[in-house]
Amino acid sequence: METAIQAESLVKTYPKGVTALDGLSFAVAPGSVFALLGPNGAGKSTAVKILTTLTTPDAGHATVAGIDVLAQPDAVRRTIGVVAQGSGVDIQATGRENLRLQGQIHGIRGRALEERAQELLERFGLADAADRVARGYSGGMQRRLDIAMALVHDPAVLFLDEPTTGLDPEVRADMWSEIGVLARERGKTVLLTTHYLEEADQLAERVAIVDRGQVVAEGTPDALKRELRGDAIHVDLERESNGRVTSALAALDAVRDVTVEGRVLRARADDGGRAVPLVLQALEAGGVAVSSVRVARPSLDDVYLKYTGRTFDAAEAESDHS
Amino acid sequence: MTLIRHTLYMTLRHLRELWRQPWFVAVTLVQPVIWLLLFGALFKRVIEIPGFHSHSYIAFLAPGVVVMTAMFNAAWSGMALIDDLNRGVTARFLVSPVRREALIAGRILKEGVVVLIQSLIIVALALIDGASFPGGVGGVAVLFAVSALLGSTFGALSNGFALIMRQEEALIGATQFILLPLTFLSSTFLAANLIPRWMQHVADFNPVNWAVVAGRTATSASPDWGLAASRAGFLAVLLMVCLAFATNAFRSYQRSV
Repeated sequence: METAIQAESLVKTYPKGVTALDGLSFAVAPGSVFALLGPNGAGKSTAVKILTTLTTPDAGHATVAGIDVLAQPDAVRRTIGVVAQGSGVDIQATGRENLRLQGQIHGIRGRALEERAQELLERFGLADAADRVARGYSGGMQRRLDIAMALVHDPAVLFLDEPTTGLDPEVRADMWSEIGVLARERGKTVLLTTHYLEEADQLAERVAIVDRGQVVAEGTPDALKRELRGDAIHVDLERESNGRVTSALAALDAVRDVTVEGRVLRARADDGGRAVPLVLQALEAGGVAVSSVRVARPSLDDVYLKYTGRTFDAAEAESDHS
Repeated sequence: MTLIRHTLYMTLRHLRELWRQPWFVAVTLVQPVIWLLLFGALFKRVIEIPGFHSHSYIAFLAPGVVVMTAMFNAAWSGMALIDDLNRGVTARFLVSPVRREALIAGRILKEGVVVLIQSLIIVALALIDGASFPGGVGGVAVLFAVSALLGSTFGALSNGFALIMRQEEALIGATQFILLPLTFLSSTFLAANLIPRWMQHVADFNPVNWAVVAGRTATSASPDWGLAASRAGFLAVLLMVCLAFATNAFRSYQRSV
């Protein structure tokens, strides 16, 4: 098996003409953690639904663990573990009963099943709550149970669709370390979707940036950031003054890729420290008032901006309005 | 084999769910008793109408209430499925190797267990009230079998529509719309020869009436086994169609997600 997950030119259009996927392609190496990063509505969840056989694409081809998801969905289902965006916990059953049922569906029975359930309950800190009905679990506990349920049959490929959305920052940090452990364990392949840049940066060995149903860039987080030579300069302006900023900086050689979004000016420079005074001078000369300036190493946010032409926040806001 | 096992797992899951709601269990068990006693008292004197060939209205009514209870219970089966859809529980099952048929059959079998207990209560109560079922245990078994067929049919339909509508309000509306008319367009409460002629014709095509007719003749002094068998046959065919519909409805759901 060369790739654990392969998606080729996936297309999916929903009724009312909403195009969720527009030729999405990517490949994941076995035993690695791969992140699909993009704002809400970019098509990440649709990609996961197709790869996990929940739905089918209008066009394109996909394999998981070398098995064709369209031709042999049942064989794929035996190989994968899925943590969907919403919870899939039966809240009327206890944690143990939830785990048992998942195990039974995968053909685990008797003592092996009881031992596996107990092992997972302990590992995910649910041993004390194991025989309580899941309705009373906190959000973090339900999420941990969700992940435990996806692991009952020790799947070779694990799908985590927005695993930390809606969790407290503290719980999220716990979840990150748990996912990190999973990935290192026995060569499991993990496909993660997220709209948190830090999450992809922290957890994934490779990241594909998804925008409007297509992969616009792919690589290791470091390589993606390295492609953006030099430093990122962020200037907060006193007020919006779009036209003036561009004309003020037009003649300046020290910076490039200048973009303005609201009251934030972003630019790139080979040497941020040397460029900042020049930028401030030019802005002052152009009559643009500045409230603060930062120089930073490029982040995935900058990568996103470069490939999609808008910042991550702007894309998120756009998808919220649509 | 896998199908049977998966169906068993799902049935147990739903029964456990029910068991954890004692109030719901209590209401479920009392409901048919109320039907039987209420309608029994209300229509007590209809047996005096010339042409109503029955010595006890409770004995006449009991098979009808057994059938009605089976239908009324099973027809709401899809509501719990919508809850599962909304909570992502169904999606989780659909990405697992569980058999789709088991997801429907488990729900129907759970309703079957509930309805069987309700039916036993109804028959016992009718016996206590002085009714007799000359058809004996065999006759009562046939009555239970046809009401199980009818209940399963409505259970399958309800789950199929739940997957297509995916909205509780829509499913409630549709269910309310059909339940009572189907009950009254049958000989559940009144002997067939006393209901208006046009209603008799409609009733001939009404699955509820098939079950009532088959159950009533099977429990009577001189059962018409040919009649019972033909109505049971109609019900079995209808059930197969509805099960196929419900299982296929998963595809409609999966296209939409």
